[in-house]
Amino acid sequence: MDNERISPRQAAFLKEHRRHHHLVAFLRFLAFFLFLVLWEVSAALHWIDAFIFSSPSRILQTILDMGKDHTIFRHTGITLYETLLSFVLVLLISFLTATVLWFSETVSEILEPWLVILNSLPKSALAPLLIVWLGANTGTIIVAGMSVAVFGSIISMYTAFRDTDEEKIKLIYTLGGNRMKVLQCVVIPSSIPSIISILKVNIGLCLVGVIIGEFLAAREGLGYLIIYASQIFKLNYLITALIILCIIAFGLYQAIQKLEHHIRKTRHL
Amino acid sequence: MTPLLEVSHVCHAYHTLTGETAALSDLTFSVEEGEFFVIVGPSGCGKSTLLSLLSGLIPVEEGTIRLSQSPLAGHQTKIGYMLQKDHLFEWRTVYRNVVLGLEIQKKETPENVEHVEQMLKDYGLFAFKDSRPSELSGGMRQRAALIRTLALDPSLLLLDEPFSALDYQTRLNVCDDVYKIIKKEKKTAILVTHDLSEAVSMADRILILSKRPAKIRRILPVHFSDETMTPMQRRQAPEFKDYFNEIWKELNTDGQ
Repeated sequence: MDNERISPRQAAFLKEHRRHHHLVAFLRFLAFFLFLVLWEVSAALHWIDAFIFSSPSRILQTILDMGKDHTIFRHTGITLYETLLSFVLVLLISFLTATVLWFSETVSEILEPWLVILNSLPKSALAPLLIVWLGANTGTIIVAGMSVAVFGSIISMYTAFRDTDEEKIKLIYTLGGNRMKVLQCVVIPSSIPSIISILKVNIGLCLVGVIIGEFLAAREGLGYLIIYASQIFKLNYLITALIILCIIAFGLYQAIQKLEHHIRKTRHL
Repeated sequence: MTPLLEVSHVCHAYHTLTGETAALSDLTFSVEEGEFFVIVGPSGCGKSTLLSLLSGLIPVEEGTIRLSQSPLAGHQTKIGYMLQKDHLFEWRTVYRNVVLGLEIQKKETPENVEHVEQMLKDYGLFAFKDSRPSELSGGMRQRAALIRTLALDPSLLLLDEPFSALDYQTRLNVCDDVYKIIKKEKKTAILVTHDLSEAVSMADRILILSKRPAKIRRILPVHFSDETMTPMQRRQAPEFKDYFNEIWKELNTDGQ
């Protein structure tokens, strides 16, 4: 790292570490590449039915076609927008609710069984009801996305708040602070690592909820594309949509990991 | 001269669904201005309860506590409380930690800030004011915690076994440091401990409590030939072991 001289053993250790790292990266890529080749060859030689299983070249062609008429960007953009909006709303609602529950033990005692029931309910069962209540529109899909994540998020955030070290809370009281100061100075700052893991879970759940919503009540978005493609038997479209979903899920998770890294560095956690 | 703190006929009990547990029974004592008052007793006898009452964290049920002749009501800004662990927040710099009390009470005035900076300089922490607490040694952390308490300029300091989380060697040094700082800032202090040698090495007077529910067994004045001795020097003085034995005997005849 520094211009300090490193011992030969340390150098050997670092070299071995780098070698292992490169090997893993290479084998990962190789496995993926072999999979694509096998898929393409099997389709070309009619080992599998390309009409049902598609093939890498067909998918690439589909992406190019859809790129040309911009439909791919529209579907991806809509899904991304709905996911992010429901994610932000889940975050706000669960933060505010957790704060209220933390302030009032009585309120939390009253609400606890309801939260547990709503959290264990399979949320996809709610989607048809939401369509009837709210209509088949973007709002419904965003609510569907939120419904999957929000109850669990409230419970986890409230638990994180309540797990704050009692002695640290006592410290704030000895310094003359009230409950609001306890929240500001101890409870929120010490819950940040838990909040970040809650974010990581929620971004995935919101995506699940949005796709469920799009299955039932959309004219655009990747969920709609999947349902549409399966109904008209265009499996190239369906698999393309799945691949884009993989990329979105990975990208969102990475974004939160970057955020986590940034927060840990600036706050010295 | 009237004492700084007067405790008279204080009783306290804890209530749970399974019953009532008496913690303190009929405590009466007073602490003079500038005194170093130490409370010892078997563990679980209600020492921490007593400190919580004195600091106003829990309300007095029975009896009265007066500070400078006025009864305690709620939190007292004139009383500083130092807990067992330093509880410095890792998400704040050392400086932001020591001004936490001033920040909470919105008292970050130029004079107060200057007082804090002077203390950081005097007690060897100024160079670390922008560091994180994890970069400090155990002794430095304890000093930072003491400065955080002193920043609010309390007239009475409560210390709840503030050295118990430290290893033995650090403990002796920090004990010396804290004692010197308290004497230099001319503060009245009440220290709670179960370590008898710590009690003898720091105290002007020692209050010995019985097992729960705590009653006063004895208040023992401590005099060394040289009044300016530090805790470390006291440990080497000939009177040290006599006082130690006396308290030891007092605690062990408990309940007989």
